[in-house]
Amino acid sequence: MTTDARNFPQAARAALRNERLQGALTHLKEGFQLKRAAAFAAYPIPFENLREQGRAIRDSALSQLDTLLLQFEAQVQAAGGHVHWARDAAEGREIITRILKDSGAKTVTKGKSMVTEEIELNPHLAANGITPIETDLGEYIIQLRNERPSHIVAPAFHLRRSDVEESFRKAHEALPPARLLDDRPALVAEARAVLRRHFEAADAGITGANFLVAETGTAIIVTNEGNGDLTRLLPRTHIVVTGIEKIVPQLADASILLRLLTRSATGQEITSYVSFMSGPKRANDADGPQNFHVVLLDNGRSGLLGSPAQEVLQCIRCGACMNHCPVYGAIGGHAYGATYPGPLGAALDPGLDGLAKTYDLPNASSFCGRCETVCPVKIPLTRIMRHWRNQAFSRGIPSSSFGTGLKLWAWVARRPRLYQMGTGVAARMLRLLAGAQPRLRSLPMLSGWFTARDLAKPAAASFQSEWRKRRGNCKP
Amino acid sequence: MNARPRVGLLVTCLADMFRPEIGFAAVKLLELAGCEVEVPTQSCCGQPAYNAGDEKDAAALARQMIATFEPFDYVVVPSGSCGGMVKVHYPRLLKDDAVWGPRAERLAAKTHELLSFLVNVRGLKSIAAICKGRAAYHDSCSSLREMGSGPEPRLLLKSVQGLDVHDLTEKETCCGFGGFFSVKYPEVSARMADDKIADAKATGADMILAGDLGCLLHLAGRLSRQGGKIRVRHAAEVLAGMADGPAIGEDPA
Repeated sequence: MTTDARNFPQAARAALRNERLQGALTHLKEGFQLKRAAAFAAYPIPFENLREQGRAIRDSALSQLDTLLLQFEAQVQAAGGHVHWARDAAEGREIITRILKDSGAKTVTKGKSMVTEEIELNPHLAANGITPIETDLGEYIIQLRNERPSHIVAPAFHLRRSDVEESFRKAHEALPPARLLDDRPALVAEARAVLRRHFEAADAGITGANFLVAETGTAIIVTNEGNGDLTRLLPRTHIVVTGIEKIVPQLADASILLRLLTRSATGQEITSYVSFMSGPKRANDADGPQNFHVVLLDNGRSGLLGSPAQEVLQCIRCGACMNHCPVYGAIGGHAYGATYPGPLGAALDPGLDGLAKTYDLPNASSFCGRCETVCPVKIPLTRIMRHWRNQAFSRGIPSSSFGTGLKLWAWVARRPRLYQMGTGVAARMLRLLAGAQPRLRSLPMLSGWFTARDLAKPAAASFQSEWRKRRGNCKP
Repeated sequence: MNARPRVGLLVTCLADMFRPEIGFAAVKLLELAGCEVEVPTQSCCGQPAYNAGDEKDAAALARQMIATFEPFDYVVVPSGSCGGMVKVHYPRLLKDDAVWGPRAERLAAKTHELLSFLVNVRGLKSIAAICKGRAAYHDSCSSLREMGSGPEPRLLLKSVQGLDVHDLTEKETCCGFGGFFSVKYPEVSARMADDKIADAKATGADMILAGDLGCLLHLAGRLSRQGGKIRVRHAAEVLAGMADGPAIGEDPA
């Protein structure tokens, strides 16, 4: 599968033909949409009110990002932990590798982290002689298959149970070939048994963070499998890797956001585990890591502050936008060719990877706006996509000929009488080409339209010309 | 406000060129609702430029439309999409313009999608029209989300004698038109249309009605490829009793 957003049009076409993927995508509705709707319907505070609180918290956090991050750093240091600042993906990879090498780590367990996907950490670790083992079930499956997540909450959403069985049989060679793996519990039990040995042997654990709390220096993760706690508590060293924007001022803020996050993501009131990580093991703690590190990644985020795309940094990574997106629903996550798929990615990826690479992502939207109706922190996703389209247009991406054509059209449209003449000529030409047929079936100049559909023949006379004839009261 | 308000009809480029019936249906309905309708010479609301990232030209077209339509008591648009451009996006586009910003706001405040205007502003609750058939109503995304028009078309359509109106199961899902989107990513757009058409077929409908010609041209063009029997019309045509002629993309009788 391609991981380059420049291949989006081809990758999208391939995705439409991928039967396995198409089968998986039919589960978006009962798997995500209905559960989310039921969870908010059952909550005493109306969604609109709750998400306005969520938006305000995230907005306020971004407006004081610098001071909150410094406060967070001071709190982590006071607890005996270390905070590292990574300007970009390369710096993030180097910092993490150095921490692991300094602590003599050979194997590292990993909780689910999209930021480590963003910085492509695993190949880098492997190249440095460190074995990363994904412990979130979905992430574990796609690691075995050497794939990337197709969804930010459900990384293996594109796979069938039988695909997982096949991957397990191939990877777990030591297990009896005759064993039954024909249902989910059997697969989960096998993954649990295999992963248990990795948890016990790991020298270090890496997790992401759903939120960082400035007042307490706490990183928070939500998980359902318990893998996050085994990853962070058992090894000597725990490294939290996350983006600088995940900060909130106080624990009370995180509490509001957690209500929004779990309901929006999986329709749960709360996940099985919500873990609060505030530094290394203290004298009286039963368990915990000796070394606690937090790596805070910028990678383009600070550049979005103060820009028309700033609000995308409010995102709490619930995935609701992609779960309700008709484009994501048609092509899945891989076709986007970027770390973050769907409407979130269309708004965020250009800020991280640059527009030249990601031009298609904010364009591959019908601007239907459904994502905005479910976003738990009210990110104006289509408005941000529009911002990227403006940026691309002013820089002549994808081509200056498109821009020239559009400018010419607009020049004519600014002269309504000329525009009337122009559309009249176009209508006559189309009618001529259609001949006796009521519809046009193909036209090389408009191949984009005719690839997918026919076109009704224009009317013999436009409304405005007919109106003038009939009523004659048309004012200039 | 006058007893007989002056309404400027923003007919939309697509209706002007492809489906004048929609314009005449809108005029008929507006006059029935006690309005004096005028059609100033007009071009485009600027949405193609706006959605393609050309805000400069979009703003120029917005200023032109504002100047054209601000003399009227109301601006009525038989399209949620072009209506949304005026109502939601003109004020955003011109917000930093000290002169045109407030004028955009004032125009936005009196701009309405046709069917919701008839119900909410003119108090129409039913209509004396006849149309035999079973219709699936498709909400265009901009009618639904930008113009807040959902119950109004259903209220009016349900009063049409002989017409059985059904909601789609996925009524909040886009049909895949989306302007440039439909030509830039035609295969994805076609998939979305196919899902919408399958949804309509499941209702047993012989007709798809909507308030936006963009969606309708797209769906009719896709249906034409599939060779189905479902006919496609703008809801205003049915409400105005003008659904006897050929549907969108059909042979003139």
